[in-house]
Amino acid sequence: MFDLTGKNALVTGASGGIGGEIARKLHAAGATVALSGTREAPLEALASELGSRAHVLTCNLSDAASVEALPKAAAAAMGSVDVLVNNAGITRDNLFMRMSDDEWASVLEVNLTSTFRLCRGVLRGMMKARWGRIVNISSVVGTTGNPGQANYAASKAGMVGMSKSLAYEVASRGITVNCVAPGFITTAMTEKLTDDQKAKILTQVPAGRMGDVNEIASACLYLASPEAGYVTGTTLHVNGGMAMI
Amino acid sequence: MSDIADRVKKIVVEHLGVEEDKVVENASFIDDLGADSLDTVELVMAFEEEFGIEIPDDAAETIQTFGDAVKFISSAS
Repeated sequence: MFDLTGKNALVTGASGGIGGEIARKLHAAGATVALSGTREAPLEALASELGSRAHVLTCNLSDAASVEALPKAAAAAMGSVDVLVNNAGITRDNLFMRMSDDEWASVLEVNLTSTFRLCRGVLRGMMKARWGRIVNISSVVGTTGNPGQANYAASKAGMVGMSKSLAYEVASRGITVNCVAPGFITTAMTEKLTDDQKAKILTQVPAGRMGDVNEIASACLYLASPEAGYVTGTTLHVNGGMAMI
Repeated sequence: MSDIADRVKKIVVEHLGVEEDKVVENASFIDDLGADSLDTVELVMAFEEEFGIEIPDDAAETIQTFGDAVKFISSAS
């Protein structure tokens, strides 16, 4: 349905469950993809699964110089960056009263500051092309808050405000900037939850089940598509109804 | 008119879609030629590419008119 043939997409956190599926989805729609992450092995595995039109670019998002270099490396590998998906994120959960400066800063650095830097790094090419799609992966907790995740929730809420501001600035150049906010999604991370924990979470989800990575990737594909050209500055919540906002 | 001025004028005319005779020495990109703040950033990007130079942000802020641009690029390239 959505055709990204000829488009080049950079996906961060592509070694993870959600990022990997986003890359698969964009690739299946015809895009060339640059897979970024810290761990090379899963990126290489995904690249060989995808076959052609896939590049591996390892990057440590807590290192400013590596982040600055990533858009350039992606453009060198693919020719341009038409679609940027900022999916990489970390958690350092702790009770607010016990949260250290380092736990706070490291989450903000990777989740929010690297997103800022990557957006800035791809804008020049998108402005010249008069076409661009930026999709930032936020989270339902950026809107609802979550105990133990003040740093993570702040980073994800910050992403939304940042995306809206950027969306204003570049809308006239054919560039859209949106967020996708996943709820509880089945990934390696949530697999670690006990059945009791899962059951408790699911009482909060009207859909009565966890989301699938495919459902997040589909939202990204839509926002990256030419069809979504008039959608900008919005957050698409994909959470089975757990927060209707 | 110098070669640099001609090349700068061509970029301005193309980017802002203005008549060539409006692009005079004292023409302000924003006040006279209808540029918005993002246009001025794009103009600076275009100048950098055309002339193979780096225009730092603090210098870019001083480039308000066509004449400013020609003067800066002449001294930088």
